[in-house]
Amino acid sequence: MISLNVNGEVHVLEDVDAATPLLWVLRDHLGLVGTKYGCGGGYCGACTVHLNGSPVRSCVTPSSAAEGQEVGTIENLAGDAGLHPLQEAWIEHDVPQCGYCQSGQIMSAAALLARNPSPGDADIDAAMQGNICRCGTYQRIRAAIHGAAEKLGGAA
Amino acid sequence: MNAAQRRLARDPNLRHAIREAEGGIERVWQQDVSRRTFLKLTGIAGGGLTLGFLAGAPHTAQGQAATGDFAPNAYVNIATDGSILIYNKNPEVGQGIKTAFPMIVAEELDAAWDDVRVEQSAISAEIYGRQVAGGSRSIPSEWNELREAGAAARAMLVRAAAEEWGVPAAECSTADSAVTHDPTGRRLGYGELADAAAALPVPDPGTLSLKSRDEYRLLGRRITGVDNEDLVTGQPLFGIDTRLPGMVYASYSKCPATGGRVRDANLDEIRALPGVRDAFAIEGNDITTELMPGVAIVGNSTWATQNARASLRVDWDESEASTDSWSSLEEQARALSGRQGREVIDETGDVDGAFETAAQTLEAFYSYPFVSHAPLEPQNCTAWYRDGRMEIWAPSQTPQLAIQNVSNALGIPERRITLHQTRIGGGFGRRIMNDYVCEAAAIAMQVGVPVKLQWDRADDMAHDFYRPGGFHALKGSLDGAGKLSGWEDHFITFTHDGREPVTGGSIRGGEFPDGLAENYRMTQTMLPLATPTGPWRAPGSNAIAFAVQSFHHELAVAAGRDHLEFLLEIMGEPRWLQDGNANALHTGRAAGVIRLAAERAGWGRPLPPGRGLGLAFYFCHAGHFAEVADVSVDENRRLTIHRVTVAGDVGPIVNLSGAENQCEGAVMDGLSTMLGQEITMENGRVQESNFHQYPLMRINNAPAVDVHFVDSDYPPTGLGEPALPPLAPAVCNAIHAATGHRVRTLPLSRDGYHV
Repeated sequence: MISLNVNGEVHVLEDVDAATPLLWVLRDHLGLVGTKYGCGGGYCGACTVHLNGSPVRSCVTPSSAAEGQEVGTIENLAGDAGLHPLQEAWIEHDVPQCGYCQSGQIMSAAALLARNPSPGDADIDAAMQGNICRCGTYQRIRAAIHGAAEKLGGAA
Repeated sequence: MNAAQRRLARDPNLRHAIREAEGGIERVWQQDVSRRTFLKLTGIAGGGLTLGFLAGAPHTAQGQAATGDFAPNAYVNIATDGSILIYNKNPEVGQGIKTAFPMIVAEELDAAWDDVRVEQSAISAEIYGRQVAGGSRSIPSEWNELREAGAAARAMLVRAAAEEWGVPAAECSTADSAVTHDPTGRRLGYGELADAAAALPVPDPGTLSLKSRDEYRLLGRRITGVDNEDLVTGQPLFGIDTRLPGMVYASYSKCPATGGRVRDANLDEIRALPGVRDAFAIEGNDITTELMPGVAIVGNSTWATQNARASLRVDWDESEASTDSWSSLEEQARALSGRQGREVIDETGDVDGAFETAAQTLEAFYSYPFVSHAPLEPQNCTAWYRDGRMEIWAPSQTPQLAIQNVSNALGIPERRITLHQTRIGGGFGRRIMNDYVCEAAAIAMQVGVPVKLQWDRADDMAHDFYRPGGFHALKGSLDGAGKLSGWEDHFITFTHDGREPVTGGSIRGGEFPDGLAENYRMTQTMLPLATPTGPWRAPGSNAIAFAVQSFHHELAVAAGRDHLEFLLEIMGEPRWLQDGNANALHTGRAAGVIRLAAERAGWGRPLPPGRGLGLAFYFCHAGHFAEVADVSVDENRRLTIHRVTVAGDVGPIVNLSGAENQCEGAVMDGLSTMLGQEITMENGRVQESNFHQYPLMRINNAPAVDVHFVDSDYPPTGLGEPALPPLAPAVCNAIHAATGHRVRTLPLSRDGYHV
């Protein structure tokens, strides 16, 4: 049995082994399929979620390690006021090709902007190099992060 | 030929795959099925709503058009509230077709793009003709049909409005989802006209007038992808996101050496593990692209099956499995260096004469490895077998073929199989094969409830249909004026049956410089192979371009000439290389993109030591592309790719944002592949299992990419593939310009290069 706080809601899962990676609890047990499975080894970042606001690879994070923490997923990134500026920027810059990696990309980027509201290219490289985009949309990802940072700065 | 080679040699889908990937059967389809179907559908459209839409597709609105909706054909449905639904028929795999196809319809319909909603269509050859994502052929093959679908609907709406007002249709114009009577300014929205238009006969396509390029309002603009909001909010779109009531999960373990059979397995032990519902062996039909032997584990969650797999022990019978060894194949190929091939596959002019009279001759041996497709969404499929019917949710590039494959593998009549297309997390040609669809269906037949088969990353890398490696022993000559006078390429490739090269490992006529070099000879030697291969983004061209465009640069350097000038010289006078074939290379279009790329990249500008520009051109999939790479190399062979400039001519651009995105992606894919990717086999087993051994490009090494298109009125072509091949030679030519070192082996890591 495990108890998880996901997107502000506490779920008690009786039949889930605590060693189950957080990824599969989110996808199979809670139906939050926005978090993607790519490699199972923490190499690709498709499964990136927030643990107390920090990006983690949920495919190599045992659920037990998330107990008592706040888990945030892509489904909860938009607030009541609408889409997160990164989500808007992703649409504006038409970032996705296949789109499979993009929720993980956005979660990594959101964690970056939360701690560094105006990142330079080197900050983006450092924060985003754990996320593979097989289609190669990196130039647009970079532009969208800069765009969202400008919007956030403008709103402040 | 051993048993493993024989199995691949007789695999019907492998032979079919290259046609899927290259659109070779497109024309037949268009004439025989798609065209006829379209006419038939539009011909019966008078009734307004039920146009033979397939029943049994409850996940879409099809077959459920509300009374009063205007649905003149299988692509357009306009509701009385003015909302416009456009169906996209082909799988969306990241090539942007789900946005591009509806844009073509909307352009001719004169729909306001904001009014348009897009849904994936049902899979039905009867209604839609061929439904495939492959070969960069979607746009060229459907261009006219989609334009006519939009134009026919528009014509009916105009007529409905004209009748309502009692005016000639010729006095009416359309824009922004409305018809306007120009002399009086009266206006009716499409929704207001839907009822009346639905009662009108569908016009003969021959009477429709289609827009010229200067009349486009939507095409050529940058339009963001129709699924983007769902993607960035994590909505379920992909095959892997399929969830059904009572669904269970499955893994499928096949022999690591392709072709091995299950002799025995500890099934009882597996069945007793937590979360496991069942475990069983499947015999399969001995067709690698359909259903090979393996062990299925069915459980309550993906993790339960993956976890149980760690305890699975299978005794494999490998008597008919592959024993391929990449190191040994490479050795055999290198031993053939400097020799002519066993068969001549193409010859023009007098190559031997050119070599004899040459001022200078040059020889070089090029090689490239097997590579994997490695789409980020590992293969998966959900299937539900009940009452003798199979229902499938599949991320397949060839959904119609998938139905045939399942039918063949499991003996279920095709009419009892329904397949729903899902968004696809990357294909690059891998999902032209439907092995994982057949596996899911086979497991579903045993369990009787909905089941999702999920491959893990290691499955995906171990059981791919790889881009075959290859070798080119090249010889070229220059005459006294420093002009290319002769070209010979001994291509060393692979075969399953000793007669034909493997899928993805063949040279067709028309690869550079065929048709351009006055004296040209291509010979071939084939080494036996039991590893499955298949189409990989720009099949054949993706690898050959590296060898021939690098060697062409070698000759320019040997002649002491500027590469740009040398490349333009071989193009000669503007002409089609095949008269009357608008899908052939046109030397004027080639020279146009070569000049454009060079100009935009600042060809000839002074650069510091250790930095160079490299140029390359390639033509494939009816697309003309030239690229210039700007590369620095430090003393430790660390590379910095500053910028890649892309110039392309693909005819009219449908969605400029999507088009640029495809080119940017092709550059990244090309770089990623050439830097360090290599699939190696030993004793029939692929050695690489995940991204730590098979590195993909990351953002910190991604260069800036500039994309430029030549405006042209030639027939449009797709963009999934043709921007990829010139990248590798452009980078290698830049490395030479920067350092004087010639790269003749990929990946670059073999020569100690890294980023």
